[in-house]
Amino acid sequence: MSRLGKYTRRAFLGLGVAAAGGLAVGYYFYQKPYANPLDAKKAEGETPFNPYVMIDADNTITIIAPRAEMGQGVHTTLAALVAEELEVPLEQVKVEHGPSSPAYFNAALLEDGTPFPFYDESVLAELARGSMKIVAKFLGINATGGSTSTTDAFVKMREAGYAARYVLIKAAEEHFGTTKDNLIVADATITEKSSGKSVTYGELASKAVAISPPTEMKLKKASDWKILGKSQDRVELKDKVTGGRIFGIDMQLPDMLYGTVRMAPRKGVSLKSYDKTAALAIPGVKDVVEIKTATGEGLGIIAENTWAAFQGSQALVIEWDDPLTLQNSDQMWNALETALTKEATFELGGTGSDPEVFASIPEKETLSAQYRVPFLAHATMEPMNATAQHEGDTIYIWTGTQAPGLVQSAVASHFDMDSADIDITTTRLGGGFGRRLEVDFSLYAAVIAKATAPYPVKVTWTREEDTQHDTYRPMAIAEIKGQITPSGTLKTFDMHVASPSIVKSVMARTFPGLSPVGPDNSVLDGAFNQPLDAENQRYQAHVSDLLVPVGFWRSVGNSVNGFFHESFMDEAAHKAGVDPVEFRLAQMTNDEFMPAREVLKRVAEISGWGTPLPAGKGRGVAHVLSFGTWTAQVVQVDVTDETVTIEEVWAVADPGIVLDPGLFKDQIMSGINFGLSQAFGEEITWSDGEVEQANFDTFDAMRMYQAPKITVEVLENSPKMGGAGEPGTPPSTPALANAIFAATGKRIRQMPLSNEIDFI
Amino acid sequence: MYPKQNLTVNGQTKEIEADPEMPLLWALRDILDIKGPKFGCGIAACGACTVMIDGEAVRSCVQPVGDVTGAITTIEGISQGDELHAVQQAWVKHSVPQCGYCQSGQIMAAVALLEEIPDPTDEDISDAMTNLCRCGTYPKIRAAIKDAAQALGA
Ligand code: FES
Ligand code: FES
Repeated sequence: MSRLGKYTRRAFLGLGVAAAGGLAVGYYFYQKPYANPLDAKKAEGETPFNPYVMIDADNTITIIAPRAEMGQGVHTTLAALVAEELEVPLEQVKVEHGPSSPAYFNAALLEDGTPFPFYDESVLAELARGSMKIVAKFLGINATGGSTSTTDAFVKMREAGYAARYVLIKAAEEHFGTTKDNLIVADATITEKSSGKSVTYGELASKAVAISPPTEMKLKKASDWKILGKSQDRVELKDKVTGGRIFGIDMQLPDMLYGTVRMAPRKGVSLKSYDKTAALAIPGVKDVVEIKTATGEGLGIIAENTWAAFQGSQALVIEWDDPLTLQNSDQMWNALETALTKEATFELGGTGSDPEVFASIPEKETLSAQYRVPFLAHATMEPMNATAQHEGDTIYIWTGTQAPGLVQSAVASHFDMDSADIDITTTRLGGGFGRRLEVDFSLYAAVIAKATAPYPVKVTWTREEDTQHDTYRPMAIAEIKGQITPSGTLKTFDMHVASPSIVKSVMARTFPGLSPVGPDNSVLDGAFNQPLDAENQRYQAHVSDLLVPVGFWRSVGNSVNGFFHESFMDEAAHKAGVDPVEFRLAQMTNDEFMPAREVLKRVAEISGWGTPLPAGKGRGVAHVLSFGTWTAQVVQVDVTDETVTIEEVWAVADPGIVLDPGLFKDQIMSGINFGLSQAFGEEITWSDGEVEQANFDTFDAMRMYQAPKITVEVLENSPKMGGAGEPGTPPSTPALANAIFAATGKRIRQMPLSNEIDFI
Repeated sequence: MYPKQNLTVNGQTKEIEADPEMPLLWALRDILDIKGPKFGCGIAACGACTVMIDGEAVRSCVQPVGDVTGAITTIEGISQGDELHAVQQAWVKHSVPQCGYCQSGQIMAAVALLEEIPDPTDEDISDAMTNLCRCGTYPKIRAAIKDAAQALGA
C-alpha cells in the first residue's frame, strides 16, 4: 500500500535514541519536542528532516500529512504548505498520512472548543485558547475534526518546509563552495549559476540533516506563493478514479480472516445469552467470540470471507439484557421537554442582562417559537471497518480513522498495554463526517483479532449494523423568545436548548476514567456565538442524557442551532415586516460582524435576491458563522402540487484566507448537499430500545435527481483563518425552510421537513 | 465442497469455488482480490458495487455469483493500459471525487449510460445515475458525464 506500510514494522520503542541526528529543524524545536516518529519508520537511504519531510537518496520527497483524508482534500493542502516552502512542485512529492504520534498534535481542534465566540479577543478568551493548546499537546490528540486541520498546520507545516530548504541550501553552499546568491533552487534541485552544475535534494540530504536549523523562520509572503492560493489537483485523484485500493475496507494481508460484528442495540445493554449453533453451521464461519468493551458489548463473527461472516451474524440467536429506561422516541422527546422546564445546566455568551428583562417583554412585541431536530446517523459511504493483528507484543491496526491517537489509547487500555505498542496505519477514509473520530470499530477488530492471532482479521460492519450502532447527532428542542420593537429591531433574544451533551457521551466511552470539566459548547454552538447586536441576549443549555450514544456529526452543534437560530431570524423579519436580508444586516452592525454583512450582501447580489419570482417559487436566506468561516446561503425552491424541488443554491463563504479555492468550494458544495439531505426524511427513531432505520432504504440521502445547481463564491475579509469541511452545512437547512415559507406561507419548525411537506 | 465455476473478469477467465448464492461483489473482493467494486449497502440501494456484465450496469451486491455467465467488467478493466477511459479522464478534469468511495460505482454507471445513450440529456442523467454519493458530488458528476459524452464523439 503506502510507502510507510512497507517499512519494517517496528513499534516506537527507544524513541530517545532514535532521535539522534534525525531532527533537523522547524517549529519542532520551539519547545521541548516529541521524538520524530519518522526516525523509527525510515527505510534504508531515507533521511527524515522533521516529522513532516523525508527525503530519499533517489530524490523521492515524502511529505507527511498527518490528518485523515476523507474527501476534504486535506492531504493536498497540507502537502502544498510544505511544498511551497521546500520549493518542490506538488507533482513531485509523495503524500502519506504517517504514523500515529503525539508529534502531530492538533491544537486548533481543542482551541475551537473553548466557550468563547470566535471573534472574542478578550484576555479571557486568549487565555483559554492558550491553555487548550497545552492540553492538546499533552493528550497528543492528533485528530481530524472541527474543520481545524489547515488552521492548525498553516504555520507549522510551512515552517517544516522552510527549515528543510534552509539546511539543504547550506549543504549546497558547502558542496559547491559558494554562497546562496550563486544558487538556483527549483524542483528539488539546486543549481550553481556560474558552473551550471546541479545537485539534487536527495544527494544533499544526509549532509544537510546534520546542519543546524534556522533560528528564524523567514516564510514567503503570500504574494510570492506559487502553489498556495491556487487550485491544485488532489494528490490521490488517480486512485479515486481507478478503483484504487486505498480504503480501510480494501486491506488485504497474507492469511487474513474476515469478520463482522453484531453489537447490543446501544451502550449500557449487555449480552445475556446467545446460541451460535446455527451460525457455526454456515459454511465458512469459523468462530463466534464475545466482545465486551468500554464502547459496547456484543459478538464477533469470524469467517473465511465477508459474506459468510454476514450470514453467520444473521443466524445468531441473541438475548440482550436491557436495563435502560428510555426505550422509544416519544419518551426521549418527553425527557427533553421536561428538561426545558428545569433550571438550565449552563449558559454561554449572552449580554448578562437582568433575568427580569426576558420575563417582561410586552406581548405585542413578543415572538415565540419552538423548533426540533431528530437524531441523525452519519451514514458514511464506506461502512465502519478495521483490520487488526496481534503479533508478539504489538497490536497492529489498519483503519480509516480520524483519531489514531484515541484508537491507540482505547485499545491499549482495553488490553492493559502501552499505547506505544499499538501500531496504527491510517488509510484513506470513505467518508468521515465525525463518525470516524470514534474508536469502537477499531477496538472491536482488535478484540476479534485476539481470537484469530497470529493471523490478521478484517472486520467489516454491515450497513444495518452501521446505521443502528452509530454515535448519533443529538436530537434537540429549542425554545426561542424574541422582542421585536415597533421600529423593527430585535431587542431581546432568549434561547433555551434541550439536548444531550456530545462531549459527555464521547468522554464516557473513550476516557471512562476522566470526567469532562466545564460546559459542552456544542449544545449551544451556532447560537451563542453568532453575529447579533440584540441588546439583551441569553443562551441557556438544558442538558438531558437520553441514554443514546451521541457524537460529532459534520458541523456538530451548528447543524442543530443553525437551523433554530436562522429559522427564528426569518420569523422575526416577517414579524417586523422587513426583508429577511435587510433585517439581518440591521441586526449585525457591530464592526466585528463586517464579514457577515459582506457575505450576506454578496449572496443577495448573486442570487438575484429581491427580484420577482413566478408563483410557487421562493427564496430563503440564512447566515451561520461556524469553525471561523462566515457563510451565507440563499436557497430557491419550486413548490408545485405541494411538492418541493430545490432548484438552486448560492453560497458565499469567508474563511479569511483560502489556500486552495477549488478544494474549498468543493467542500462548501459538499457541506450544502450533506445539510440539505437532512430535509428529505433523515431521522433516526427508537422503538423498544432499537433503532428503527437500518439501510439506505430507510435512512437515505440526496440523490442526483434532487441535487440543486450550486454556486459558491469566496470572500477574504475575515481577520482569521477558518475551516472548510463543515461551514457549508449549517445554513443550508434554515435557508431551505425559509424558502419553503416564502413560496407557500407554510412555516416548518422541525426536521426532517419532509414530515410536513413532500419533496421530489 | 462448492462446484467450480469460471468467471470472465476484465477479459481474463478465473476459476473460483464459492457458494453460488454468494453475491458477485464478495466473490470479486474477497476471493479474486478485485477491490474496485465497493461495498456500501448490500441491498442494491447505493450503487457502490456497480460492475458491468455484458455491457450492462449491475449492482453486484445482490447478484448471486452462481448465475453469472456473461463477461464482467470492473473499474479495473475500463482503461487501456495507462490510458484512462474517457469517463475517468472527465472525472479527473472536473476533479469529481471527494472521499472517492462511491466513485468507482459512479464511473461504471456513467460508462454504461454513455454506451446506451451517447448524448444524454439532464433528465437521462438524473434517471440513470441513481448511485448515492454521501459527499454530494452530483453537480460535478453531471458536468463530467457531459464532457465525457463530448470526448467520446457524441
Ligand atoms: S453495495 Fe451494492 S448497491 Fe449498495
Ligand atoms: S465521493 Fe464520497 S461518497 Fe461520493
